[in-house]
Amino acid sequence: MWAELAVVGVKLAFVLAVMLTTVPIMVWVERRGSALIQDRLGPNRVGPFGLLQPVIDVVKLLTKENLRPEGVKTFLYLLAPVIAIAISLSTFIAVPFGKDSGLELFGQPVDGFIVAPNLNIGVLYIFSIASLAVYSVVLAGWSSNNKFALFGGIRAAAQAISYELAMTVAVVGVLMSAGSLNLQQIVDAQTGTWLGSLPRWNVFPQLLGAVTFMVAVFAETNRLPFDLPEAEAELVAGYHTEYSSMGFAAFYMSEYLHMFVGASLITVLFFGGWNLPWIDIPLNGWAGALLSIAVFATKVALFMWFFVWVRWTLPRFRYDQLMALGWKVMIPLATLNILWVGVGLALGYF
Amino acid sequence: MVTYVFLAAAALAVIFAVLTVVPRDPMINVLSLVVLFFSMAAIFAILGMDFLAAIQVIVYSGAILVLFLFVIMLLNIREVEAFGSGRRWQALVGTLVAAGIGAMILVIAGLLLPEQGSVLPGVADIGTAVPIGKALVSTHLFAFEFITLLLVASIVGAVYLGKGEDR
Amino acid sequence: MTPAELVPVPYTWVLALSAVLFAIGVVGVLLRRNGIAIFLSLEIMLNSANLAFAAFAYRFAAGHATAGAALDGQIFIFFVIAVAAAEAAVGLALFIVFHRLKDSIDVDRANILRW
Repeated sequence: MWAELAVVGVKLAFVLAVMLTTVPIMVWVERRGSALIQDRLGPNRVGPFGLLQPVIDVVKLLTKENLRPEGVKTFLYLLAPVIAIAISLSTFIAVPFGKDSGLELFGQPVDGFIVAPNLNIGVLYIFSIASLAVYSVVLAGWSSNNKFALFGGIRAAAQAISYELAMTVAVVGVLMSAGSLNLQQIVDAQTGTWLGSLPRWNVFPQLLGAVTFMVAVFAETNRLPFDLPEAEAELVAGYHTEYSSMGFAAFYMSEYLHMFVGASLITVLFFGGWNLPWIDIPLNGWAGALLSIAVFATKVALFMWFFVWVRWTLPRFRYDQLMALGWKVMIPLATLNILWVGVGLALGYF
Repeated sequence: MVTYVFLAAAALAVIFAVLTVVPRDPMINVLSLVVLFFSMAAIFAILGMDFLAAIQVIVYSGAILVLFLFVIMLLNIREVEAFGSGRRWQALVGTLVAAGIGAMILVIAGLLLPEQGSVLPGVADIGTAVPIGKALVSTHLFAFEFITLLLVASIVGAVYLGKGEDR
Repeated sequence: MTPAELVPVPYTWVLALSAVLFAIGVVGVLLRRNGIAIFLSLEIMLNSANLAFAAFAYRFAAGHATAGAALDGQIFIFFVIAVAAAEAAVGLALFIVFHRLKDSIDVDRANILRW
């Protein structure tokens, strides 16, 4: 039993280490990337190419005065950022990030490069935990004793639950073609080629579902163009107005963590997870596993860059446009995707 | 080992049920109910019903309670009253009735034969999505469609009630 | 059929938990004046009923001859959850209307038939 726990512990430590180091890297990517897009230099004073900028940012956030305004309800105020980070970390345990071909560690089978293996309701587990992310926003808004924060909280919660529906319905097409809710089986179903030349990733037969899912993930993670809840020009800072230093750092971190989980979900569900596009080498042993983890990491990194790219390119949606898009456009499109996939499966094309 | 997890989940459920009922702050009540639903989902998972555990969290914690939170925020509901204030007779009768019902169920449960039960999932994968999905569209199709109608009716009703009557 | 010693959680324990939760829910419904709190206690009661269904479905899940009972139990829980969702939506809309009229959600104020 201790060997099993040790294996799970190693996987968990690896995942946590990767996720928590991704946050400072993303801070740097965001600032230099935005500078690149806006045709200016980014931070370039601290370290070569400004690479130590996130370190300085962390120091700044840690040493800022930790204000707590009068009238906030302390318990809820402190609980909100904790929930934000805990939810984003808990979602990732059901995401497979590498190919396991019967490897062993400490004498125990590794049982898949996924912290919670053989979860036969994998996709549902992820959506159930992700739907709890609304609470952090709502509690932050409510407990802050501040009208702007409350409005930001209500808007963020309404946006989150609207796009959650579109997200879940868009995934049904993937579930239909893979025949299982288990994420490892969904990734395994995306090996090989389709129609002879395209890789059998779910994005090619289900383009509509993929686009709907990606837009919904943007909305769920409160990234532009859907970041009205934290828009500076509209609501001061939205639901995290009254948070300073560590509280703000926690929300900031949780946004990047949610982005990471969103990007890895897009990769696993629609872009073949750790499958290489056309090359068909058997990924055996530890070398194959490392190669598959590297492929997964590359795809996730590309999607994280895509998130940053879209943020600095598109303007923000107004709140009523956002809600109209979510209910009147996304959900019908996702339902249409189900119809499309159903017809395709029945006729034998997918 | 599983027994301990069950006992922990059950203890958590009872504690947070009491925290849902007794404190005056409606936010505390809703958040305790979230934890209660989580422990119920854990119990469903222990009994081998994975799909239901996920559905319980998605629908109850993730949707219904968010609705409650919205209403609390929109109506700005603060604490209303103390537990049982102004209702002394009802407090006594109510507690007796509740204790009575609880005791009755416990006695009946004690009289039941404890010998049956399944082992954890793996023996019969009856709790996963596939058998439930198949049953929903074959044996229970009428009820499934009827629930769809019920949900649509409730959405229409809620929207109409929420809009106000001067439209 | 698995003998009692090998079953990790006897289904009677689950029923006992369901009884305790039901009792707590009943106390909440009877003793709170806040409409939201009454609704929450009602949800506790619905959940305890779900637990009772789950206990019996678990009891009958052993052996594939009676697996249908396990499935029926789970489907019934599914329907109870769906109905609870519908009921919560309409009930909260009613609370909002009530608040508009009386500016309070104290259910002791809902004491006349009109307005």
